[in-house]
Amino acid sequence: MQIEPLGDAALLVRVVDNFHLEESLDAVLRATRQLEAAAIPSVIELAPAYTTIGVFFDPTRIGAFDEFRAAIERALQSDSKSARLRAAVETITEVPVCYENEFAPDLDEVARQSGLSSEEVVRLHSNAHYQVSCVGFTPGFPYLTGLPPELATPRRASPRKEIPAGAVAIGGTQTGIYPRKSPGGWNIIGRTPLQLFDVERESPALFHAGDHVRFRRISRDEFDRLSQ
Amino acid sequence: MKMLVQSAGFLSSVQDSGRAGFRSSGVSLGGALDPSAFRVANALVGNDHNAAGIEATLGTLRLRFEDRRLVAWCGGDFSVQIGDEDLPSGHAGLVEKDEELKMTAPSAGGRAWLAVSGGIDVPLVLGSRSTDLRGNFGGYEGRALRDGDALRLFKERRFTNRRPDKNGDLESAVPWISEWSAPAPWASTAHRDSFLRIVKGPDWNRFTPDAQTALITNPFVVTPDSDRMGARLEGPELARVDATDLLSEAVAPGTLQVPPNGKPILLLGDCQTIGGYPKIAHVITVDLPIAAQLWPGDPVRFQEVSLAEAQNLLCAREEDFARFRVGLSLHFE
Repeated sequence: MQIEPLGDAALLVRVVDNFHLEESLDAVLRATRQLEAAAIPSVIELAPAYTTIGVFFDPTRIGAFDEFRAAIERALQSDSKSARLRAAVETITEVPVCYENEFAPDLDEVARQSGLSSEEVVRLHSNAHYQVSCVGFTPGFPYLTGLPPELATPRRASPRKEIPAGAVAIGGTQTGIYPRKSPGGWNIIGRTPLQLFDVERESPALFHAGDHVRFRRISRDEFDRLSQ
Repeated sequence: MKMLVQSAGFLSSVQDSGRAGFRSSGVSLGGALDPSAFRVANALVGNDHNAAGIEATLGTLRLRFEDRRLVAWCGGDFSVQIGDEDLPSGHAGLVEKDEELKMTAPSAGGRAWLAVSGGIDVPLVLGSRSTDLRGNFGGYEGRALRDGDALRLFKERRFTNRRPDKNGDLESAVPWISEWSAPAPWASTAHRDSFLRIVKGPDWNRFTPDAQTALITNPFVVTPDSDRMGARLEGPELARVDATDLLSEAVAPGTLQVPPNGKPILLLGDCQTIGGYPKIAHVITVDLPIAAQLWPGDPVRFQEVSLAEAQNLLCAREEDFARFRVGLSLHFE
């Protein structure tokens, strides 16, 4: 555990030194709950990602930085077995994905890189179990870990100017879903009709760090039905 | 009552002090790129610090009002007229019903914040009235303003005109400029030769000694592909000692990140919530107003200060602002 300033109004808690999928994520989520439970008054918000937590604070309310750092350290040493810190009920979200050609311009490239057939790529992608390691890039974009290693595909050399909302894509060893039309360099292999980010919802982002995710293969017909 | 956008200019949008609290969902802080200038403009017209106003970029913004309002602006060296009269930055001026307010392109800087008494009445989205221009939500229909838009305004606080006109009347002649004003450094934030103070970033030691020295001795120049997300800088290449790929982690407005091409990007209010480029340094909060005025072609230099100094400067500014507000409260009911 290491704490370092991120400018004068935020700091980074390095929860673990290296990224080891589930273990890192569990440690980061646990530390995030510890900080939330501590409810330190000068803290404005937390931004967990992979191995770190960004802590944004009001610099005029923290007193000396070292004292504030000590308060953060105390919060992170609090009894992580207490009921308040116990993990919330595990959320498993099923994401319907249509892998048909018109929604999957890079499926052939992923197949070529992996030496598998397109059919095999889809089968592997839709049978794996994923977890959200963080949400970022654009509002609601989930970075998912758990991609079968065979499917890892480098980002495209030149990013696309426009990727449609709902595009399911592979970038390196991760997979993710574009919540809205945006530029991007990941390899697109399918599309979901789900709305990943909607400001009208009580919780605007569909996914949060730690959520479990499964993809379910759907036909073009079902995609159209679910899109309505 | 409404404010009518006669001409929206290069890029104008409804902003407030930003949308804190949703970083873990990937939502940028956004809001006025210079929250200090924005807050000062609001104070000058008797608004709450967070009342929604307009961020204008370059020119020419022309507005007409359906009722009489008090307006104030802060930011770059714009030229602002109410009717034919100039309204200097950091002062409040009265705009009469059907009168026009015109903001013309600045001679230095690029952005200005206009507050209107009452504030702009657009819905709160995720706790803020800011326009998220990339996310297309918040503000006025989730987009930049266009010619012909009509923005509703909230009811304003009553204010006291303490400067009688030549007849001894408290209701003075038009145009009317307030006797109260903001300190010039808060109201006019564009510099022709910008110095930004920085503190070391978490990845400072990933850069070569030459890169570290270059950052604080050489001038950089703002490039044209800069926007509300960040100012991209051209200058000596900032080389790293390692080439390790880093995991994405939180970034903040003021973060100076360096992509593999060695050219730093100074992140601004609309920056994404997490990023994977190494963070060599951070511009301190009190200097973000100057950063918000950087425009393509502008030179910029960096100067290192300690974290304690950055925090002291900010606390001092906040105390000054609190006193400024108390002073202004005499003029508003």
